[in-house]
Amino acid sequence: MLRLPRFSYLRPGSVTEAVEILAEYGSRARVVAGGTDLVPKMKRGQIEPEVVVGLSHLEELRRIEKANDGGFEIGACVTLAEVATNPALQSAYPGYAKAAALVSSPALRNSGTIGGNLCVDTRCNYYDESYEWRKALGFCMKKDGDICRVAPASATCRAIASSDTAPAAISMNATALLIGPDGQREVPVASLYQDNGKFYMTKSPEEILVSLHMPAPGSWKSSYVKVRSRGSIDFPLVGAAAAVQMDGPKIEACRVVITAVGPQPLDVSEAAAALIGREIDAAVLEEVAAEAAKPARPLDNADLSYVWRKRMTRRAIEQAIREAADVA
Amino acid sequence: MTTIEGESATDLRVVGKSLPKVDAVGKLIGLTAYADDIELPNTLFCKLLRSHHPHARIISIDTSPALAMEGVVAVITQDDLPVKYGIMPTSEDEHGLEGEKVRFVGDPVAAVAAVDEETALAACRAIKVEYQPLEAIESIEHALLPPSDEPIQDYAGPGNIHRAGALEFGEVDEGFAKSNYIREDVFFYEGNTHLPMEQHSATATYVGDQLTLWSSTQNPHYVHRAMAKVFEMPMSHVRVIAAPHGGGFGGKADPFSHEVAVCKLAMITGRPVKCTLTREEVFYTHRGRHPVLMWVRTGVSEDGKIQAMHFRTALDGGAYGSYGPASMLYTGALQPTTYNIPAYRFEGVRVFTNKAPCGPKRGHGTPQPRFALELHLDKIAEDIGLDPVELRRRNFVKPYTRTINHLRITSCGLEEATEQVIEASGFLRRKKSLGHGMGFAISSYMCGAGLPIYWNKLPHSECIVQVNRGGVSLYCGATDIGQGSDTVLATVAAEELGLWPSDIRIFSGDTGLAPVDLGSYSSRVTFMAGNAALQAAHEMREILVNAVAEKMECSPSEVTVGEGKIGEMTFEEAANLAQEKLGVLSTRGSYAPPKNIGGRFKASGVGPSPAYSYSAAVVDLDADPYSGEIQLNKVWIAHDIGRPINSLTVRGQVEGGVYMGLGEALMEAQLYRHGLHKVPSMLDYKSLTFMDMPEVETYLVETIDLEGPYGAKEVGQGPLLPVIPAVASAVHDALGVWVDEVPITPDKIMRALDARAKGREGRYGPKSFPAIPYPTIVKVPPFDASSSSF
Repeated sequence: MLRLPRFSYLRPGSVTEAVEILAEYGSRARVVAGGTDLVPKMKRGQIEPEVVVGLSHLEELRRIEKANDGGFEIGACVTLAEVATNPALQSAYPGYAKAAALVSSPALRNSGTIGGNLCVDTRCNYYDESYEWRKALGFCMKKDGDICRVAPASATCRAIASSDTAPAAISMNATALLIGPDGQREVPVASLYQDNGKFYMTKSPEEILVSLHMPAPGSWKSSYVKVRSRGSIDFPLVGAAAAVQMDGPKIEACRVVITAVGPQPLDVSEAAAALIGREIDAAVLEEVAAEAAKPARPLDNADLSYVWRKRMTRRAIEQAIREAADVA
Repeated sequence: MTTIEGESATDLRVVGKSLPKVDAVGKLIGLTAYADDIELPNTLFCKLLRSHHPHARIISIDTSPALAMEGVVAVITQDDLPVKYGIMPTSEDEHGLEGEKVRFVGDPVAAVAAVDEETALAACRAIKVEYQPLEAIESIEHALLPPSDEPIQDYAGPGNIHRAGALEFGEVDEGFAKSNYIREDVFFYEGNTHLPMEQHSATATYVGDQLTLWSSTQNPHYVHRAMAKVFEMPMSHVRVIAAPHGGGFGGKADPFSHEVAVCKLAMITGRPVKCTLTREEVFYTHRGRHPVLMWVRTGVSEDGKIQAMHFRTALDGGAYGSYGPASMLYTGALQPTTYNIPAYRFEGVRVFTNKAPCGPKRGHGTPQPRFALELHLDKIAEDIGLDPVELRRRNFVKPYTRTINHLRITSCGLEEATEQVIEASGFLRRKKSLGHGMGFAISSYMCGAGLPIYWNKLPHSECIVQVNRGGVSLYCGATDIGQGSDTVLATVAAEELGLWPSDIRIFSGDTGLAPVDLGSYSSRVTFMAGNAALQAAHEMREILVNAVAEKMECSPSEVTVGEGKIGEMTFEEAANLAQEKLGVLSTRGSYAPPKNIGGRFKASGVGPSPAYSYSAAVVDLDADPYSGEIQLNKVWIAHDIGRPINSLTVRGQVEGGVYMGLGEALMEAQLYRHGLHKVPSMLDYKSLTFMDMPEVETYLVETIDLEGPYGAKEVGQGPLLPVIPAVASAVHDALGVWVDEVPITPDKIMRALDARAKGREGRYGPKSFPAIPYPTIVKVPPFDASSSSF
């Protein structure tokens, strides 16, 4: 079998202690909660931490609490299954709860956490294989090499943003609480990511994502549509989150965030402007979806053809908006 | 999900019932020791160093850095394994560890035995291999060109051609000349792999000149022979034990590198040596479905009767021979077992490429031509305005006939199976609507190959039934790979002896303990080992009945057997009575297929079988007219089983075949890119999940074959076959486009829809068939009826 390499496992007594450990080890350390992303990647030599810092036992990271603004504070180590089945979250943030419910398989949702999913590694089928396979192919810039195998002319890694929950959280203007050696800061989830598949997160290695703040939904209604090869297990080939505010049958405001079509989730809400103040109409929706899908840059590094994934981006956006607005 | 109803209507006591498998409890409670669970004292662990190059000459191998590592006990290379082997005598092209050149990414070059796997892996990485890369051949078309440097193998040829064949039966040109309608089509079937849940694992010991190998293998008989050959040892000093099995599907039917390596390392170190492959290594070990490019031309009469058929195939064999020569011939052999083809020409070729070697997977060489043939007939039916079911019916083979390629057909439930699924699914009454479709297809499969893999006159299956201490033990070389062969043997013996299957102890899959059975391949075990068991058990029954009759002073015909009793005595009393009189009670049975079931021409060894199973399926699905995404709704399948020995396990096999067929139809693909397997992992090599599996309604058609044990035929492979073309046909029914290539993925459907939208043919698939230097066609004279039984 594929074996884990040697590493030290540290079990901090608190978030503060975890931050101290990270300050000491920096990028030589990795935090782990559910382990569904990190463990297989360690087995394949894609991530080689000296120190693994366990977080999932920390009660302070496992709470779902009502926030002062009427929203919710969700601890990073709350499992995806808990979010997916929490009635309050389902009702306030149907898109986010649905995204959590669509991650991988039941077993992995019981183990995987919402913090882990927001931080999930970018994916690429030139990268997500064993050390021996990558050696045979030639290493890529994301690990051990200096070229992007799917886009050799690219200066940056083009691995694919693969979190289902990130676009849903962004569409609800969620923020994330980070704690590092210099204290804590709260940032929009959208700003956690950047257009680089290798350095896909903006936070420093010493910072821990401790919680997700979902603002009060107000009249925002949301949805998430995931395109994947099979009815379970698979990462998104395309993901589209939509949130709308309605004024009767008319759309008053609309946000759209797409994922898995580049190294970071993309907020394409501007393209939805054409919908504002109107009833949903197939022709306009089609136009909006086509415009919103324009920044999508799927490449030949995931399942099925990139042409198909590009076209499915439009389809996913249309469906997400329809679902959020509750029109068939 | 499937209807589990209706056991076989019969006066038999246990045969045909839905009973649990005899080995179910051990597996359920986790006590069954699979190959990887075997842990002998002082075991060393083996890892294989595999090639990073698709095609390269080996300049040098330096194992000294590995040998110098603490914990490393032995390192071997081809120098330690000079004798070549291979499952087929005509393609013995493997050393286990290659020393002169490597032929695909994953080809093993060295093996390490160390105190643990971690050390063995580190030692593999320390071995220095110097390569001189050669041009990598990645496609059939490329393999047909003259090699720019050297062919992949140093035998066969020309170039990278491994095997080719060309046969003609009947007058094909005449058949086309008198046809009212002729159509040609080109199809491609992408390769895919078996994906067993259990990775291959093997442990060897070498004690006092006796080599013992425990392995997750389907064919201990052939592995035994290969090890004796490789190590130049007498057969009597080699014992191969097939461990309880976590799935084969054809992928554990060859002798393998890791088996050879653990044996050699055990011989060198004197310690047990174990090797368990990683999932990635299983993808490299492969021996799975060949990618096949196909061209078919068929002429029909005005009323849709086939007048002539010309079928061409080209198989991408990967880097080694494996079962290749047989695989190639199987792409042409079984077409005439379902349809009456009065004139038939077949041309096939298998080429070497720098990929993991292909071999047998469930349906061996026949799902590809079945896909092509069924779709081709659908298209002909559409062209001539005939219902596709009716077109097929007009051409169905009849029971107890002889095909144009000399195959003997016995029982045949094609009509009944078709009737069942057509009626149950409402296929002919289906409503046409965009995005919803139904497809129908039929197939047949063999109940065991008529000939063994290497020429020998031994029976194909032998069985010993022993009664001792009042109990029954049955010894047979057959290997239970999860298909339930132990249950079949126990059920047959139980039926004869008036017991329950759980009363019979089975000793199987062990070449040191049980008599010959060729192995679990070609769907042969129920038919062949079942007959051997029937013979042995029946003889034992007579011994016990006679003993009881003598004691009771009555005629043997007055002694009834059943409910655990022989006459008025309990089975145990009767057994002790007979043993007191005769000593240890042992009977034997053996089976070899009849001689007259095939022709007597070159290449006639592939295709003949003592019986053929038949299947018919209807698939109902929704296909999205924008995205091409498919939602499977339901599958109806009817299978001519002859008679089920155990209705529950037969239904399980049918469902398993449907599941695997749907995966092949929709997503499974062993793809290569830049000279290596594109996605050798279970996450990215897609096969159906629980969520993708539709409801399956299974019907068993009982034709009671005259030669099968109690009339039984095979079920392990046949039910997969009609599923794939039925899916393709349903997609066409739903969207009006043809996807003439497997797997039928949404992006291919979208391409076909695009093509139609642009005014071109609404089709995705290969556009042409390459010019192939097939050998001169051998015209085979008609079957000589005077040597036939009918």
